[in-house]
Amino acid sequence: MVACDISKAVRRVDAVSKSEGTIKYVSDYSFDDCLWGRLVRSGIPRGKIKAIHLPDLPEGYRFVTYKDIPEGGHNYLHMIATDWKCFAEDEVRYVGETIGILVGPDRTKVEDLKQKIVIDYEEMTPAVTIDEGLECKGGAFVNSDNIHCRLSLNVGDVDAAFKKAAKIVTETVETGFQEHVYLETNGACCIPEGDHYVVYASAQCPFYIAKSISPLLNLTPDKVIVRQTTTGGAFGGKEHFPDVVCGPLLVAAYVMKKGVKMFFDREEDIENSVKRHPSKVVFKTGLDKDGNIIAMDSTVCYNVGGYLASSFVVLQRGCFHVTGCYSFPNIRSVGLGVATNTFPSCAFRGFGAPQTLFAVETHLCHLAEMQGLDPLEYKRRYFIKQGDTTSTNGKVVERVMIPEMLEQVMKASDYERKAREYKWGSGRGIGISFYNHGGAFTGNGEQAIIKARCQLHKSANGDVEILCSQTEMGQGFHTILPKIAAHVLEIPMEKVIFKDPDTSRVPDSGPTAASRSTMIVGELVEKAANLMKPRYDKEEDFTVETHYEHPEGFPWDQSTFQGYAYLGYGWGVCAVEVEVDPCTAEITTKGIWSSHDCGHLIDERIVHGQVNGGVIQGLGWGSTEVMQNIGGHFKQTSMSDYIIPTSMDFPKQGVYFVENPYQWGPFGAKGMGELVFNGSAAAYIDAVSKAIGKRISSIPLPTEEVMTYMLHGTDLKSELQEVR
Amino acid sequence: METRICFRLNGKGVALTTDPLRRLIDVLREDFDCKGVKEGCSEGECGACSVLFNGKMVTSCIIPIGAADGQEIMTIEGVSATEKGKIIVDAFADGGAVQCGYCIPGMVIAAYYLLSNNPDPTDDEIRLGISGNICRCTGYDLIVESIHLAAKRGGAIWKS
Repeated sequence: MVACDISKAVRRVDAVSKSEGTIKYVSDYSFDDCLWGRLVRSGIPRGKIKAIHLPDLPEGYRFVTYKDIPEGGHNYLHMIATDWKCFAEDEVRYVGETIGILVGPDRTKVEDLKQKIVIDYEEMTPAVTIDEGLECKGGAFVNSDNIHCRLSLNVGDVDAAFKKAAKIVTETVETGFQEHVYLETNGACCIPEGDHYVVYASAQCPFYIAKSISPLLNLTPDKVIVRQTTTGGAFGGKEHFPDVVCGPLLVAAYVMKKGVKMFFDREEDIENSVKRHPSKVVFKTGLDKDGNIIAMDSTVCYNVGGYLASSFVVLQRGCFHVTGCYSFPNIRSVGLGVATNTFPSCAFRGFGAPQTLFAVETHLCHLAEMQGLDPLEYKRRYFIKQGDTTSTNGKVVERVMIPEMLEQVMKASDYERKAREYKWGSGRGIGISFYNHGGAFTGNGEQAIIKARCQLHKSANGDVEILCSQTEMGQGFHTILPKIAAHVLEIPMEKVIFKDPDTSRVPDSGPTAASRSTMIVGELVEKAANLMKPRYDKEEDFTVETHYEHPEGFPWDQSTFQGYAYLGYGWGVCAVEVEVDPCTAEITTKGIWSSHDCGHLIDERIVHGQVNGGVIQGLGWGSTEVMQNIGGHFKQTSMSDYIIPTSMDFPKQGVYFVENPYQWGPFGAKGMGELVFNGSAAAYIDAVSKAIGKRISSIPLPTEEVMTYMLHGTDLKSELQEVR
Repeated sequence: METRICFRLNGKGVALTTDPLRRLIDVLREDFDCKGVKEGCSEGECGACSVLFNGKMVTSCIIPIGAADGQEIMTIEGVSATEKGKIIVDAFADGGAVQCGYCIPGMVIAAYYLLSNNPDPTDDEIRLGISGNICRCTGYDLIVESIHLAAKRGGAIWKS
């Protein structure tokens, strides 16, 4: 088996146990002797807590709040920033903010008692939307301007270019909240054991939890041991959010001196969990007399919610990707993370990049269409190439194969003929999008911040165990990593052991996030296996360890955001064809074709599955996934009103790849888990816009809104608003 | 008020005394340790808790246990032990149908129910057959392929 190409698909190691239903997710453990916990949350978006009225609590039941945090402990969760409190004190900033945790031995009784808790508030006027946040509706509550975080990027001289421009046009592109809808809802259990605590959680990043919650009890992170349980989907929704779940459990376990468990049902999970940041991107684009882009200015606003947590990093990635797969001569971008009284937004597949990529793709379509050009012809004038300058004044290090990928997608989709034959407004349309995703942490973050370590241990029986903190959450990492090790060591995959991480026995190889696992940790495993190989037959019981080292010669300044933001990007091209019913406005997707550059594929079937799932999740974001927040309350709270794609909504996809090995990845592999989400919504909206002949600049686009555009929308060929 | 309820579970007669309004999913998971029955939405929308009720696919999160009295229930534990169930599990593993896995036991039930009634389904028939089972990971294509594979591998078994 070992001689063949690593890309050849193997059976996933977890496929049978998951299909038979024998693998255990966190709620499948009984955790006997543990108490049940239920979070008591703010029912209002903004205000002061005046009083909390508790019912009589029977013996063994207790309401735990910030007041129960011991002396020396800190009432915050460390999620990059430390502003998000574990328990609200006197102020609440969003509906669903944790005020306390009610614990007791009987789950139903805990629920009944929770219903009887009454909280008096002094209500204040909330700011819910980005605009309301910017206007400081109700008064600023973060800094003096409701701006949690900001950054600016500058390449060339936008102002000078604007002075020379024949025309400067402006357009605003918006995207909405998106809920992760991992099929397994959040859940965790925290158990005191001697001088430490053990946390079992459905989570992406076990070390994040330990680091985030240990300050609550003034403990060092090693005193909070986190054991990841089989995780039923995450998509970023279990990157930092489990900290919000586990923090109160830790304090409750400390107070009760007993284990405490908590599993959300779907309604609780949708109403009270992080989402994808809504965005508003305002472009000002300078054109010469022939309609060519000479400068692009963008203001990128993300709705961050009540607390900053990790959102500055999300905003940075958003701004870095705002020029998409293009090279424009002069670029300026200002990013603003806006404070609002909504549930804080957090990581979601793409981590800020999908919003700006959707925005730039859509804006370029509209710039082309107002000139009567097919968007593809316009976009291809600006395709970025190896050696070109990026949005952060770095260079593109690798070969960019967009022309080859475009060729594949055009051929498979018969793009040219369809684009020619389907007249704008004819009811049929084919759209195309281009996108990328910078792999791993930005700049030198892998070396400066993460400092990943990984070990391989060989036992006397010849088994090799991989010790790292990467988690399986559906993406296939339990198969990918052993496959890499087995391939290098030339041993059967069955001889390689890779368990769900336990922070007390594995080194910290960083979070399972940022499309970094294969690219960075896979490389560490490949290197470790190469170190082990010459010793494998000679020695019985030994460990090898590898550390991440950033390649030399690619400087990055994290204080100015200048330099090489990413050494390896994944690249994508996606085409979508639709038909719109002229009477009902219903959209039928007739075809989806994509090509991706993920370097060399570690397992073609696993990558294929990632493409399928990412593309469909992106199409859901662009179409049916409406998540409104009215007055601070999410309006969609169940799977019957928050509509994610079913098997009937989109047809079988055409999936293509190009081979473009990445010099610093294992076997040439690059990150791809997020990339595959980043482009399908833009292609879909391009297709629908053409089919109805109207300009669309915001998503989601549920069917009921298509009719509105058909009746009242702006013609595709009309000029974008001119500004000076 | 508690009631005595008897039913057949995965081919064996079982009985319990309980509140007849308890949800079937809770009884299966808590009283009979059928942890392969997953709770995804609690409102019959996602299909993760699918079981066979007298041979028909139902969502066990919206059925009271009282309704099961005297009836026949098959869960993923029972189905995956049958020859047909093994063919589906194998096909899912070989076809790349599985990612996070949380929807998969319900998906196996849906495939079993579909193929038992339609041994050689088209793409569209498979998509319709699993349309009550939500998957957030796979985009469904490889699940559809895997069900084709199970139909092909099972052949005449699906007609028996």
